[in-house]
Amino acid sequence: MSIFSLKRKSLSDVFFDIFIYGTCIIMFLAVAYPLWFVIIASVSDSGMVASGQVLLFPKEFSLFGYKEIFSDSRIWNGYKNTVVYATLGTTVNLLLTIPAAYVLSRYEFKARRLLMFFFIFTMFFNGGLIPTYLLMKDLSLINTMWVFIFNPWTVNVFNLIIARTFFEHTIPKEMYEAAAIDGCNHFRFFSQIVLPLSKAVLSVIALYYLVYHWNNFFTGLIYVRDSGIQPLQIILRDILISNQVFGEGAGTGGADGGYAQRYADQIKYGVIIVSTLPVLVIYPFMQKYFEKGVMIGSVKG
Amino acid sequence: MAIIKMETKSSDLTIITKPKKDTIFNTFKRDYQLWLLILPAIICVGIFNYIPMYGIQLAFREYDFTAGLTGGEWVGLKYFIQFVNSHLFYDLMRNTLMISITTIVVGFPAPIILALVINQIRVQRAKRVLQTTVYLPHFISIVVLVGMMNVILTPSGIGGNVMSAIGLGDINLLASVKTFIPVYVLSDVWQHVGWNSIIYLAALSAVDPQLYDSAKVDGASRWQIIRNVEIPAITPTIVILLILNMGTIISTGFEKIFLMQNSLNLPISEVIETYVYKIGIVSNQFSYAAAIGLFNTLINFSLLVAMNYLAKRTSRISLW
Repeated sequence: MSIFSLKRKSLSDVFFDIFIYGTCIIMFLAVAYPLWFVIIASVSDSGMVASGQVLLFPKEFSLFGYKEIFSDSRIWNGYKNTVVYATLGTTVNLLLTIPAAYVLSRYEFKARRLLMFFFIFTMFFNGGLIPTYLLMKDLSLINTMWVFIFNPWTVNVFNLIIARTFFEHTIPKEMYEAAAIDGCNHFRFFSQIVLPLSKAVLSVIALYYLVYHWNNFFTGLIYVRDSGIQPLQIILRDILISNQVFGEGAGTGGADGGYAQRYADQIKYGVIIVSTLPVLVIYPFMQKYFEKGVMIGSVKG
Repeated sequence: MAIIKMETKSSDLTIITKPKKDTIFNTFKRDYQLWLLILPAIICVGIFNYIPMYGIQLAFREYDFTAGLTGGEWVGLKYFIQFVNSHLFYDLMRNTLMISITTIVVGFPAPIILALVINQIRVQRAKRVLQTTVYLPHFISIVVLVGMMNVILTPSGIGGNVMSAIGLGDINLLASVKTFIPVYVLSDVWQHVGWNSIIYLAALSAVDPQLYDSAKVDGASRWQIIRNVEIPAITPTIVILLILNMGTIISTGFEKIFLMQNSLNLPISEVIETYVYKIGIVSNQFSYAAAIGLFNTLINFSLLVAMNYLAKRTSRISLW
């Protein structure tokens, strides 16, 4: 009897395992294959890709796409703009978010609940696109680089909550009291004790902001018309989606449209890789931190 | 504190002087440094988030270029009535609701299932590899994602080849009314399912190990453990996230829909937010666009409040 039940149990366990690992393998392939395909297609001959012969490994290795990309000044200008906006933007984001998060973590600060509501309310209600656009216009931020740095997302409330929760859990209340007795004020306590203890959360939030700036398409679309100051994502839109692959308007129309389109697609695969590379390079190192951010944020404060 | 203690000890004193209660105002001098630290964030949010809220009244006014954001003539509900009566109203509402409801119905359970599956993997290395892979697409920009879909799913791309191999070659996945919503929703799941599962995995890792042990002693199968131990453990997280998701039910992903739009799928892909962009930013009809935008915001906000109320009544879990 006991042997029989043991056998039956292990059989159902086997099915269960098959189901679990089967699902996992399907999930893994569904996510990994499109990414892998873009990589191999970007270094294969465009004819091979178009005729569907590139499936698992690159065929007739070719760097045509990358050569075109390296000679395209639009991409590098967009790259440069995005690097500037991301660096400056993230600095401003941190300068505003982190001190505010520290203050909101202090239990003795009486306006804490009121100000928390002030910030959280903006998560659920906002003025909408048009009033925000007109405000930016009134402030003469339209068509300037500053709109990428000062906008309604400069203080990201989600990041604010992550940092505040972190401070609440890692900086004991008594620590400030002890420091205050020794004559330390809030400025000094924050800069010399809190910040050095919070490197983990600082890097998480800096990375969140960096990725946001890197991937930001909306701001350029709405607020900027001048193509010289457009960020990378707008240039990518022109190339990948509006199909303006060749800088000087050598379009895809005409009799040899299909032929040109093959090369255009080749360039597109390369552009996807080149533009996403910085994020992909830091990703494996930072994955743990990113994950940690979600977990800290999920602790209801 | 010390003074009060001394007073209570001396029995000849009958009146105990209480310390004055701290308020925002009488602690201002003590906490002025804290105020200085938070002031830049308050100013920034005040300007860029709260002034536009004040500017919502534009929806009830005639926009006047010379008079600025709120100086135009008051016209009441004129633009709301214009929107409700416009021939696009029905299509916009239908498209918006269809896209957002499908996104929630398909996209909301997916990370829960994925988290439960990942949690079952016993081989730690396999677990890490899978997690690293499925989180990755979250960091790809929307432009690149839609660009990838354009090169892969186009009839001449690998996706198109697969479609014709299974006999569906005449369907263009990117430019058809029928396939727009499935492609939109499934690519959304593809991009975010891994990342969204993290929060459930965190909740699962907090389950008391004793519960597993006692379930095993009672002879529960692994499926029964999932159903009776793990799902109840993550229910509070599910409810909170469901409320938050309901709050955005009608605000579809503007950027992605905008990028996926083309003349062939427009009958199904025009939603309120893309229409606001076209009317407001492209054609400069600010008041009309602001009214449509406000319409959208109000539906969102009331859904959030209603869902929160419902959740509070039924499960005592709420956002506030």
